[in-house]
Amino acid sequence: MKEEIIIAGFGGQGVLSMGKILAYAGLLDGLEVSWMPSYGPEQRGGTANVTVILSDDRISSPVLDRYDTAVILNQQSLDRFKSKVKPGGTLIYDPYGIHRLPERTDINIVRVNAMEATFEMKSAKTYNMLLLGALLGVRNLVPIESVMKGLKKTLPERHHHLLDLNREAINRGLSLVKAGD
Amino acid sequence: MEEEKNEVKLMKGNEAIAHAAIRYGVDGYFGYPITPQSEILETLEELMPWETTGMVVLQAESEIAAINMVYGGASTGKAVMTSSSSPGVSLKQEGISYIAAGELPALIVNVMRGGPGLGTIHPSQSDYFQATKGGGHGDYHLIVLAPSTVQEMADFVATGFDLAFKYRTPAMILADGIVGQMMEKVVLPPFRARLTDEQIAQQRPWAVTGRAGSRGHKNVETTLELEDDKMEEINHRLQATYREIEKNETRFETHYTDDAEYLIVAFGSIARICLKAIEDCRETGLKVGLLRPITLWPFPTEAINELAGRVKGILTVEINAGQMVQDVKLAANGQSPVWHYGRMGGNVPNPTEVTEALISHINQSKE
Repeated sequence: MKEEIIIAGFGGQGVLSMGKILAYAGLLDGLEVSWMPSYGPEQRGGTANVTVILSDDRISSPVLDRYDTAVILNQQSLDRFKSKVKPGGTLIYDPYGIHRLPERTDINIVRVNAMEATFEMKSAKTYNMLLLGALLGVRNLVPIESVMKGLKKTLPERHHHLLDLNREAINRGLSLVKAGD
Repeated sequence: MEEEKNEVKLMKGNEAIAHAAIRYGVDGYFGYPITPQSEILETLEELMPWETTGMVVLQAESEIAAINMVYGGASTGKAVMTSSSSPGVSLKQEGISYIAAGELPALIVNVMRGGPGLGTIHPSQSDYFQATKGGGHGDYHLIVLAPSTVQEMADFVATGFDLAFKYRTPAMILADGIVGQMMEKVVLPPFRARLTDEQIAQQRPWAVTGRAGSRGHKNVETTLELEDDKMEEINHRLQATYREIEKNETRFETHYTDDAEYLIVAFGSIARICLKAIEDCRETGLKVGLLRPITLWPFPTEAINELAGRVKGILTVEINAGQMVQDVKLAANGQSPVWHYGRMGGNVPNPTEVTEALISHINQSKE
């Protein structure tokens, strides 16, 4: 198995953390993993993206120009990455703030109303976990249990009371794509 | 203190350097923050090794102060290091020359960003000349290690210090923003105890300890020598050390070179991007191999010379305007054409770009 993933959105949306937790889950699942962030001014607003690779074999380049799966959270990122998804690949996007939709027919395009669901849950900070749930609902990359373990490892102990809330967000994300929303 | 076990961890290259430094038994780290390597200092501050191993971690008032603290610490036989990124490493050059002249071991980490000037915070390899050709004044060399993985970021701390102490010369880890910022699996090296003052006095008779050691007199650290013949003698001694390092410590790795018709030479994280390009090329039947210099100085001249005799062309890929390509040309010595592909300004080539550059050079060479 080898999955090359780009997650892109605004700085502050939790794009890098989402990638980190996914990579950590992959590691706990015995996979080779690589996490390459955009770094710098993006952290202070603007666009941010992270390339995550999960693979059974050694990973050569951490920098890619084509992806199996893209998780896209704003228009700029969609414009930049929509042509970079490999034919047959998957593009997951949140329509919140995206008004020009991807036009490709050779890829699997999945709309996830994640921001809307986050509003309903009244928990903006779990937005990225909701999306991670959606991603794992579409692409069976790692077991949810590995994600929860990864979350526990990466989350400082003072935040461990939030683990249940995060699990709830992941499940909500899963249900959004399972329901075909 | 963290428990000592061979647990696989996920961390950034910069973080791995900080962990590895504590575990090596480094006595002192002196630095000043600069992107994209600030996590080294930040991680050390977070781990607070002064409470466990006794390692000193100090944010100096500037890069110049930091390198001179390293000079002082190294003089006393301690294992000391600094880290910075390109503009900061420029500031350190005078101190590095003094450390080399003083025949002192030290580790300097440069996580390169794009220049010249303040440039960009994004990845670059444009300090290749500075690292391998001197950088500061005078005839000296640094042992230059170029990590391409987070594991090597961790491992090269020990390699760098071991070589620095073996040859009494400063070593440099020349990394870039990619391998500094990316996270991947790493197994951290085991803990080693810091040397005691008695052990230093015994094992490092050159150390300035304030006491008359086995040499029967107190050591004094100076790099000033106004008698020309004596200064020439010092230079000869340094050069003899450099020849010894060239003979013993040249490191590189190769992939797919056995049947290669074309060769790519690249170092650091860029070598990994090239490896992916090479795998893509091989899927289409184009037989390309990779040579990755692990030490940039000493440079794997002989290995490249041998390969140049049996390939049709060599492409060097660097994120600079063409620096290592000069050493590759010297090594190839006219046996095969040597081309360069580079990006600058913090841009990083993707595998497709590398493949296209190679094919374009191959096609031109056939015209």
